[in-house]
Amino acid sequence: MASEYTTSEYIKHHLTNASMCNTDSGIAFNEACADAGFWTWHIDTLAWSIGLGILFLWFFRSVAKKAATGVPTKTQAFVEMIIDFVNDNVTSTFHGKSALIAPLALTIFVWVLLMNLMDLVPVDVLPTIAGLIGQHGFGMDPHDVYMKAVPTTDLNLTFALAIGVFALIIFYSIKMKGVGGFMKELTMQPFGHWAFIPVNFILESVTLLARPLSLALRLFGNLYASELIFILIATIGYFQLPLHFMWAVFHILVLPLQAFIFMMLTIVYLSLASEDH
Amino acid sequence: MNINATLIGQLIAFTVFVWFCMKFVWPPLMEAIEKRQKDIADGLANAERGQKELELAQAKATEQLREAKTQAAEIIEQAKKRASQIVDEETQRGHAEREKIIAQGESEIEAERNRVKEDLRKQVAALAVSGAEKILAREIDAAAQSDIVEKLVAEL
Repeated sequence: MASEYTTSEYIKHHLTNASMCNTDSGIAFNEACADAGFWTWHIDTLAWSIGLGILFLWFFRSVAKKAATGVPTKTQAFVEMIIDFVNDNVTSTFHGKSALIAPLALTIFVWVLLMNLMDLVPVDVLPTIAGLIGQHGFGMDPHDVYMKAVPTTDLNLTFALAIGVFALIIFYSIKMKGVGGFMKELTMQPFGHWAFIPVNFILESVTLLARPLSLALRLFGNLYASELIFILIATIGYFQLPLHFMWAVFHILVLPLQAFIFMMLTIVYLSLASEDH
Repeated sequence: MNINATLIGQLIAFTVFVWFCMKFVWPPLMEAIEKRQKDIADGLANAERGQKELELAQAKATEQLREAKTQAAEIIEQAKKRASQIVDEETQRGHAEREKIIAQGESEIEAERNRVKEDLRKQVAALAVSGAEKILAREIDAAAQSDIVEKLVAEL
């Protein structure tokens, strides 16, 4: 914890995204973007998530290109272990045939896991490095340089994932049941009488919308909370080290679990969407 | 943590990542895994079949060895029997031969002896006759006394 901050300033600094926007006087950053409204970009979230996504795809692609059908290298065995794990979960839950579900699940699992693992990087490291770069490279006040390095603590990212999954839920529902079948599912359940259509529609819409909402908020909530606790621990002085260690050990469980839950629920939702009742 | 344009950027990134994974990552890796699984399954099946064949061959070899042993024993037994049979036969034949040779020799000896005896008898007769002739030359006509000579000869 840098000494010149007050605790609340410190926490606020750590929980603010580096943002970028286009104003009348050109591209602006951070506080200058307060009025930019929707067209603000969280550049740290974008950079870290896309960077990690590319890292994931580059690593897996490099293995896939050299994939040997005979004796695999250790790297290939590692990658295949993950693939096999995802594939087992997909085939045991999703009974249709789809070329999309398994790669989707793999992407979600590994990408979200990588982004979650950023949580284990000590809370001050990346903001401090970013601050130093901002200070010495661009002549900025390090207080004005923001770096929130865990992309999954940004609602934009978790909602982007959830909206993607939601779009696929709609797509699979319509593909498997047709527009009429999907409409019927929305309006004729759980009460199969025309008089209940509005009630049914409200109930089913809530069911449908609750899925992406819960996906997004669960991931965000867990990661935001854990990041917040890390930051809080970082404010208590010298006793933070054992606490940091314990909290980090706990997150060796939590972080993969959240990635797994996101993947698993995606598969479950899509298999529900593509099954005829 | 307000919702802003980042959402759109992330949505695009997510779509691109999933597309890339679906096109270039998942299929080759899955293919490799499935190919290997098939290879291993085939290999295991082959190994099992080989094992079975080996067991079969071993059983067959044992069976054949056993058969060969009994056969060999049988042959040896037969050969022994045959050998003793041959020995017996030969011995018998040898005996017979010996008996025959001995008998032949004996009969030859007998014949010879008879002949010699006859000769001797004749000679002795002739000698006796000639002796008697000489003794009686002056007084007895040989022809008149021939019945006595004959009698003498028969007595010899």
